[in-house]
Amino acid sequence: MFLKKLAVAGAVTVLSGTTALAGCGLSAGNVNILGNDFAAIQAVVAGASECAGDGVTVSANLTTEHRDLQVAALTANPAQYSSAIVANSSIVPLLNDGLIRSLDDLVAKHGEGLQPSQLITIDGKVMAVAFMANAQHLFYRSDVLAAAGVQPPKSYEDVLAAAAKIKSAGLMDHPVIMNTKTGWNLGEEFVNMYMGTGAPFFKAGTAEVAINNDHGVAALNMLKSLTEYSNPDYLTYDSNATAAVWEAGQAALGIMWGSRGGPILDDEGSTEAVTGSTVLTGAPTLMGDNVASTLWWDGFTISANVSDADAEATFVALVNGISDDVVRANNDAAVWLSAVYEPSAASAGVSATAMSGANPYPMLPYMGLLHGALGAEITEFLQGSETAEQALADVEAAYTAAAKEKGFLK
Amino acid sequence: MAHRTFFWFILPSLAAMLLFIALPLVSVAVQSLHIEHEQVLKVTKNCGPFGCKEETTVDAEATRVLRDQKPLGRFNGLKTYFDRGHLATAEVAQAWQERSSLGGFLADLYNLPLYKAIGFTLVYTFVVTPLVIVLGLAIALGVNRVTPILKGPTIFVSLLPMIVTPLIGSLILFWMIDAQGIIGKSLQYFFDDPELSLKASPALTWMTLIVYGIWHSAPFAFVVFYAGLQTVNSDSLEAAQIDGANRWQQLRYVVIPHLMPLVIFISLIQLMDNFRVFEPIVGFSAQANATSLSFIIFNDLRGDVMRFNSAAATSVLTILGVTILLLPVLIRTWRDFKGKAI
Repeated sequence: MFLKKLAVAGAVTVLSGTTALAGCGLSAGNVNILGNDFAAIQAVVAGASECAGDGVTVSANLTTEHRDLQVAALTANPAQYSSAIVANSSIVPLLNDGLIRSLDDLVAKHGEGLQPSQLITIDGKVMAVAFMANAQHLFYRSDVLAAAGVQPPKSYEDVLAAAAKIKSAGLMDHPVIMNTKTGWNLGEEFVNMYMGTGAPFFKAGTAEVAINNDHGVAALNMLKSLTEYSNPDYLTYDSNATAAVWEAGQAALGIMWGSRGGPILDDEGSTEAVTGSTVLTGAPTLMGDNVASTLWWDGFTISANVSDADAEATFVALVNGISDDVVRANNDAAVWLSAVYEPSAASAGVSATAMSGANPYPMLPYMGLLHGALGAEITEFLQGSETAEQALADVEAAYTAAAKEKGFLK
Repeated sequence: MAHRTFFWFILPSLAAMLLFIALPLVSVAVQSLHIEHEQVLKVTKNCGPFGCKEETTVDAEATRVLRDQKPLGRFNGLKTYFDRGHLATAEVAQAWQERSSLGGFLADLYNLPLYKAIGFTLVYTFVVTPLVIVLGLAIALGVNRVTPILKGPTIFVSLLPMIVTPLIGSLILFWMIDAQGIIGKSLQYFFDDPELSLKASPALTWMTLIVYGIWHSAPFAFVVFYAGLQTVNSDSLEAAQIDGANRWQQLRYVVIPHLMPLVIFISLIQLMDNFRVFEPIVGFSAQANATSLSFIIFNDLRGDVMRFNSAAATSVLTILGVTILLLPVLIRTWRDFKGKAI
């Protein structure tokens, strides 16, 4: 009996010993992560949770509403979360308020496995560690395109032509689907489309908006033409809704997030006919060779308002969360920025979009205000109750009022 | 009750009201008079997975110094109230000067976010409130005549819309009216129009929201009226019957006058509630076609950039709106009260 107890105790010691080693060699610290809620981030947090135990606690709040919480939660001192998982737009408010710390010393101490391209440096300081790339790009159904007798589209003009053929052939009434819900989603569609015109959003070196021009009108007109091939409910479609419609086999040409590729291609929620013929490819171009999409990264930051010990524990846990093992086990969940990542059908679209020279989403401090104004003001144009010029003038006026209030414009 | 006793009796709730209602209101009003500091910007070299770029960033250190000196930001007076996101006085004046017709002016007005929100809010308030009162009274009269055994279940079923949380209720209906949903598909079948969508056009979205509002609030009016009906004096009703009054006349000249104070009470509560319409807009994803004052406030406080000062100004405007809306009812109540006192 005594021997048995001893053996059990020994086993426990050995186990906890290995956990402490594999579990990151931490002795203490509280790790609390705030982030968006999708498969890749869930995998990262699960990987970080392996460091729990031996005085280290790991907890997480993954929610699609994370952007609304992060500033208030990290402003508190001590901060509510030791880490916020952000993207290139949502890091901006944290940078603006100085709520995240420089990671230079932590990268030097614990970041030997990270690649230089993963390090997001602002003014020479590492402020975040990116672990995945994302972009909106084209999804198409090869069977429907073949039945309509069209080639996979390269430009948005091709997309329109293909949609017209699919509709006239009676294959689908609403072949096009995009994330066009009024608000952030619709704003993002305009930003992507405007990127495809190659024009800048702001007058060089200022916060003065400059989208009410031929490029803006062209971007809006293309959006409107596309929505004419979309389901009439398109102004309520967010990413969850579009993925569901796609999986139901009711669309043939989709502009959706690359991170939806894995869940759409897997064997859940859809039929073989849909998943077998869904192809992910690069975002279409709008004017010339300009790709109408923006590149995004997701990465982790460490709060400024936490103790150094907690910051170190959080960094180590999250580096463990993006370890080679995690990437291998979740290869298809995202386009991982890792040496061991193996490209797959689910990542082909993001890779192709990045290779074709798309630009990253502008990380400007006032971009969020423009994005918000776009999401609210271009609906009426799409519904046909105002002109493109009027819609763009409204966007500029709404942005200007907001930028004055936030102190970006006088 | 002696004044002294009364004072001690209400002190706890008075203190809570001061702390949790009055003080936050003052804080909101003060914030609405300020805007943020001028941002100190600098150009930095930023690098990431997609290469390096020279970009404008906020100088967080310098901004923090400014913010520590004056945490409220810059004093802006009432300017936020008059900017385009709120009362938009300059835009309204311009639209008035350049108007071709009254309709054209109203269209220009409706293009401004606050007036667009006020448009829907007022229509919603003034359609839903009377219909809730009429429907609530009708249900109460109906339930009052149901046989006693069935009364319990009937009351329970009638109360269901109010028991369901507004957001959940509207979400469930949102899925049902979807073009693929049971109501949406049935409507397409009945009207023989495969393109019919309750979410697509402003008019249909407004109708959906208004029907939802009536469905959700009618039980409240029903409960109040049902309680009131139990107190109707049976002697008066019998007297009316002897005088030869038919059922409609009994209702019109005995029951309704008796319930009048309750009608005023429900109008007050419903005007206040409906003016702050919010959950159905979120639940039905209706922001493309219908926004309300509360939704504008919500929208300011969401996303990457939060606009507290703008939200504060809209909040103060909402309070003013509620006050104006309730004024006629309040004045009437006050007159009645004074009349009784004399």
